[in-house]
Amino acid sequence: MIFIRLFWAFFKIGAFSFGGGYAAMPLIKQQIIVQYQWLTLNDFTDLITISQMTPGPIAINSATFVGNQIAGIPGAFFATLGCILPSCLFVTFLSWAYNRYRNLSLLQDILGSLRPAVVSMIAVAGIDILLPAIFPSGSISFSQGQWKLRPVIYFIIAIFLLRKKKDPIMVMVLCGIAELAVQLIAPGV
Amino acid sequence: MNKKKLCKIFLSTLYLSSFTFGGGYVIVTLLKKKFVDELHWIDQKEMLDLVAIAQSSPGAIAVNGAVVVGYKLAGIPGILCAVAGAVIPPFVLLTIISFFYNAFRENLLIQAMLNGMKAGVGAVIISVVYDMGSDVVKEKDPMLLILMAASFLAAYYYHVNVIFIILAAALAGTGKTILRKLRSEAKL
Repeated sequence: MIFIRLFWAFFKIGAFSFGGGYAAMPLIKQQIIVQYQWLTLNDFTDLITISQMTPGPIAINSATFVGNQIAGIPGAFFATLGCILPSCLFVTFLSWAYNRYRNLSLLQDILGSLRPAVVSMIAVAGIDILLPAIFPSGSISFSQGQWKLRPVIYFIIAIFLLRKKKDPIMVMVLCGIAELAVQLIAPGV
Repeated sequence: MNKKKLCKIFLSTLYLSSFTFGGGYVIVTLLKKKFVDELHWIDQKEMLDLVAIAQSSPGAIAVNGAVVVGYKLAGIPGILCAVAGAVIPPFVLLTIISFFYNAFRENLLIQAMLNGMKAGVGAVIISVVYDMGSDVVKEKDPMLLILMAASFLAAYYYHVNVIFIILAAALAGTGKTILRKLRSEAKL
């Protein structure tokens, strides 16, 4: 049944995304694109873009969005419930254990060794968003017509602005407006 | 009084969740401002530990933060109110966006805008990875570097399921802790 599948997919996402924010991204991709094929990579990229521009965690935004796309508002409800339930259970247990023992060292040790793995997986998710933007055909090749120059320019400018501590939302919108302007001046380039 | 408190918890997380851009770490700081500095319901030192719990648990940090604060202030009813407040804004907003998404996606101008933004999103993610990766490198622990390289290879070249990578890394962390405990006991 679709509601159970939505619930279960997002339960796994909620239970295994350690480190907050972007850490959920590789898991969402694995479950939503690879395993259940509920979204295309293109939809997923749009979803991440939308998540960046709205308040609210990426995982909750994704659950609500995917649930709605697949099975309407009840779908969104079950997906979102699945997404927050592991947090609620795990954090409640830890809060209880903390009230009793006041010691978090083992947990923080484990988290310390998860961090490098999470960084790498976020990197892979980022690469998977960036490469299709530059190489629309899917294969990495710099021969004529196989790659696009404009995304490369946007990327370089965006990295430059971000390192200057500019607001990420502003940087993304700027990239969008640049492409919009190009399409208005010369449609279909 | 209790009802009033629950209401206040709900409204606080609802407000924070509606207007906080910038992810979980920002919202945790604002939770602290609200409940420690403004309402004086939790003391500073305990809040630090609660934040540590929220950050080291799986799931969205904003939700975890709501759970720890709700539990501390009013037990299970507190959790329900705090989490409902944190989840309702993104749920409503994304439901509306999802409703219009398919129509939007057909529009050529919006398509151009979203396509241009892809490079920007890629840049935002790579920039975050750079910051997080530098923090890991700064710890000068060869095991962490090996873990970072190994998980990249596993995820990028071998397409290993993310869940297995996380479990393997957690296992490595547990092993490290046990080894250190054994060593310090041997010294005593």
